Amino acid sequence: MRTVQYREALREAMVEEMRKDETVFLMGEEVAEYNGAYKVSQGMLDEFGPKRVIDTPIAELGFAGIAVGAAMNGLRPIVEFMTWNFALLASDQIINSAAKMLQMSGGQYSCPIVFRGGNGPAGQLAATHSQSFESFYAHVPGLKVVTPSNPYDAKGLLKSAIRDNDPVLIMESEKMYGDKGEIPEGEYLIPIGKAEVKKKGDHITIVSFGKILKVVQEAVDVLEKEGVSCEVIDLRSVRPIDYDCLVESIKKTNRCVVVEESWPLASISGEIAFHLQRYAFDYLDAPVMRVMQADTPFAFSKVLIEEALPSVKRIIDAVKSSLYVR
Amino acid sequence: MPATTIEKPVNKKQKNDLGFSKKQYLKWYKDMLIMRKIEERVGHLYIQQKFGGFCHLYIGQEALVAGTASACHKDDKHITAYRDHAHPIALGIHPKFMVAELYGKKTGMSKGKGGSMHMFSKDVNLMGGHGIVGAQIPMGAGIAFADQYKGNKAVTYCSFGDGAARQGALHETFNMAMMWKLPVVFIIENNNYAMGTSVKRTTNVEDMSEMGKSYHMPSKVVDGMSVEAVHHAIEEASERARKGDGPTLLDIRTYRYKGHSMSDPQKYRTKDEVEDYKGKDPISQVLKTIQTNKLASESEIKKIQDDVKAIVEESVVFAEESPELEAHELYEDVYTQNDYPFIKE
Ligand SMILES: Cc1ncc(C[n+]2csc(CCOP(=O)(O)OP(=O)(O)O)c2C)c(N)n1
Ligand SMILES: [Mg+2]
Repeated sequence: MRTVQYREALREAMVEEMRKDETVFLMGEEVAEYNGAYKVSQGMLDEFGPKRVIDTPIAELGFAGIAVGAAMNGLRPIVEFMTWNFALLASDQIINSAAKMLQMSGGQYSCPIVFRGGNGPAGQLAATHSQSFESFYAHVPGLKVVTPSNPYDAKGLLKSAIRDNDPVLIMESEKMYGDKGEIPEGEYLIPIGKAEVKKKGDHITIVSFGKILKVVQEAVDVLEKEGVSCEVIDLRSVRPIDYDCLVESIKKTNRCVVVEESWPLASISGEIAFHLQRYAFDYLDAPVMRVMQADTPFAFSKVLIEEALPSVKRIIDAVKSSLYVR
Repeated sequence: MPATTIEKPVNKKQKNDLGFSKKQYLKWYKDMLIMRKIEERVGHLYIQQKFGGFCHLYIGQEALVAGTASACHKDDKHITAYRDHAHPIALGIHPKFMVAELYGKKTGMSKGKGGSMHMFSKDVNLMGGHGIVGAQIPMGAGIAFADQYKGNKAVTYCSFGDGAARQGALHETFNMAMMWKLPVVFIIENNNYAMGTSVKRTTNVEDMSEMGKSYHMPSKVVDGMSVEAVHHAIEEASERARKGDGPTLLDIRTYRYKGHSMSDPQKYRTKDEVEDYKGKDPISQVLKTIQTNKLASESEIKKIQDDVKAIVEESVVFAEESPELEAHELYEDVYTQNDYPFIKE
């Protein structure tokens, strides 16, 4: 094993796949000469040249659409968005074109494309620069939405995404690019659609995904000291969702808290709560709880950010209320 | 980049052969010096982590807002990008409210909810501060649309960067703005870079004033290091808009001395290039004009400089001493409806 940063894990995935497959290329703002706004693509221009590592103007709708066209015609583009907030300008091409191409063409044209970039709040960046888009895109049939929470997952899942013949969106974070973790020396892939039980436990299941798992981990450390045995599930992807893994876990713990960094209405937690009451009703000993971002745009003030975000305390409170303890 | 010179229109304010009054020169000097000094200070405070978020400095580009402010009317509207610390100052807002916004304090221009990228002030018709690159291009035209609709004589000044000019919405907007003769002046704050990408790496047509041509939009290159040139160009464009003849595109060539934001190593340009532009510094140029034409004595100039120092100091103290927001304010200003049923668990 070796220790790498999250950004390096992503880079290794792209570099390995680009060495293997001539049709894979990377495009986006500042990815080439500047080596990436967050240095994910550092050195890639040097290795692959400007034909395969391509700087674009600030024109998200245009270059996303160009990538979709290229995917329809035999290439496998990786599109980097500086953050997913800016990909809203490209969302027409992601949702109306990429997601629907295969069905609209009666199976004739697939769209093997990866869209990736930073997602979710990353400090005091205010309303437009702090949004979490997992549930937003998970809503759309035809897409896959992947949420790597650590360097190991980032590499394994991105490699699978690049090889996938359907459009895959990768939700990264400016606040994770510097995170370190261990990855194997040799090549490995992680299948898209399988959750990971990060920790086994008996009293309660905590389900989460992406960056906020770091906060979940802190809360679990406190809870375990207090004698609460937590099972922690990292969904790894929110479309598809590994429902079987969730139901299996609830059959054992009978309680569930979902922690999500996005807004409550039309969320992944809402979907999970529906699924569990439908398919694990008899196993639930308490209502499914959730810890979410506040139901408002993300404001600039530090005080308001603290109020808005899921915190260790709010997670502990939700777990205890599910366990009916104080 | 070459800048074509602007022929001076006959100017009613003409008091001397400079074309502008002594008062105007001293105001430009003081306003631009406040912008410069406050941003130098703000840059240090940011490094000391006195406030968070992004911090995009306008240093070097001051003549754009100073020349726009002197040429515009009171009812005119303004909209710009996230590089927006200087715009409120040019329009007459005390800088302490801008600094308080950087600090995310209750007394800030946007009540501490917007931060560095979102300076708004209804008092002076500053309609943001926008962080999504290019978003203000159609919005600017829309603001002008409303004034035209209501029969007002106001003009909208819509500023955006050379990078923002690459968004597709620019073309959609230019077409409609020309078709409907909207009273808007499109200002490219052309500092030659979008983060690390120079203009010539994003286009075949390096002269951005060409972008208006396929819509028959009157377009012009302007020297953005000269506040007089900016003033003249804005005056001419706004007269056209006010007469009902529609929009103008001004490609104002300027330069940012600092990095894109505070975390930019600036490997994409040379130190010589930066020094070159500093040689044409807009504030030094105005000061030189004041001195060579004896528009003010050395002691008057010193007094301005001392005043500016005091204003900067006062602004920082005000921001630091202002109260933080309270948690419940998260649920205010989201809807105009007072009892909107938020989901709270
Ligand atoms: C839609 C969108 N894409 C990307 C970004 C990230 N971004 C912020 S500023 C910037 C560069 C803009 O350059 P320019 O328009 O020239 O303005 P300048 O910073 O030079 O004032 C980029 C790419 C963004 N904020 N919004
Ligand atoms: Mg620029």
